[in-house]
Amino acid sequence: MEETKEQIGYMPRIGEPAPPFEAVTTHGKLKLEDFKGSWLILFSHPADFTPVCTTEFIAFSEIQPELQKRGVELLGLSVDSVSSHIAWARNVEEKTKVKIPFPIIADLNKEVSLAYGMVHPGQSKTETVRCVFMIDPNQIIRTILYYPLSTGRNMDEILRLVDALQTTDKHGVATPANWRPGDKVVVPPPNTQEMAEERLKQGYECVDWYLCRKRL
Amino acid sequence: MACVSPDGKPTESGTRMLRALRAGSKSPEEVALETGLPLFKVRSGLRDIAQAGLAEQKEDRYRLTEKGATLVE
Repeated sequence: MEETKEQIGYMPRIGEPAPPFEAVTTHGKLKLEDFKGSWLILFSHPADFTPVCTTEFIAFSEIQPELQKRGVELLGLSVDSVSSHIAWARNVEEKTKVKIPFPIIADLNKEVSLAYGMVHPGQSKTETVRCVFMIDPNQIIRTILYYPLSTGRNMDEILRLVDALQTTDKHGVATPANWRPGDKVVVPPPNTQEMAEERLKQGYECVDWYLCRKRL
Repeated sequence: MACVSPDGKPTESGTRMLRALRAGSKSPEEVALETGLPLFKVRSGLRDIAQAGLAEQKEDRYRLTEKGATLVE
């Protein structure tokens, strides 16, 4: 499939509805709407049977139980065929004893890759870079990560992001740099002078009116 | 189809979904709860099962057809 500059140039953004799709996967034909009501991590990898991708797939498989506890489903993608995905998953299991438990999209015509801006021609015109889209239960894109072909993703950060997003949704707070579950969270900044003054009396731990922390 | 083999027989997960429908019409959410399968897999699996003529969909609920019922008797 020959992509136009416009197609390659399209990048979905945080806060937008995730582009809908219907795709052939290793678990049959799946639609984006099949994941409605769950969090979804849609992630792409450059190619099957490649070293960094194999380490990532093992790592994603290893954190899957933790993701499930948080109501998150995983969905992989590359521009390889279903047969290639199946062969690779079987090979990974045979060589490493790790079973790949999540579906993988076979995006041979790049329909999904282009809709999600996963092809970055400066890196590769034929493969997807390492993207992560965190999509919430209402199918809104909440986080986008892009990693280059050479660098495998960090699973701790992926779990941390899920925890941070879910904490924000549940408690209406923000999370500071390097936040981990159990750490203090940031109270959203006040919108009026009155709110700023009131805030200082509310028992938060404040550096000043615009930066207040609290324990959940 | 993920839940129905090319020879028309349901796969293991397909059979679990068909069995869940034996008691009457159910929504994908109810089938997921009963089978323990992920909801996304149930939604796509029930579509396959309906396409194969083993169940029929009415609004957001599925029920076994005669053909489907014979497979899980």
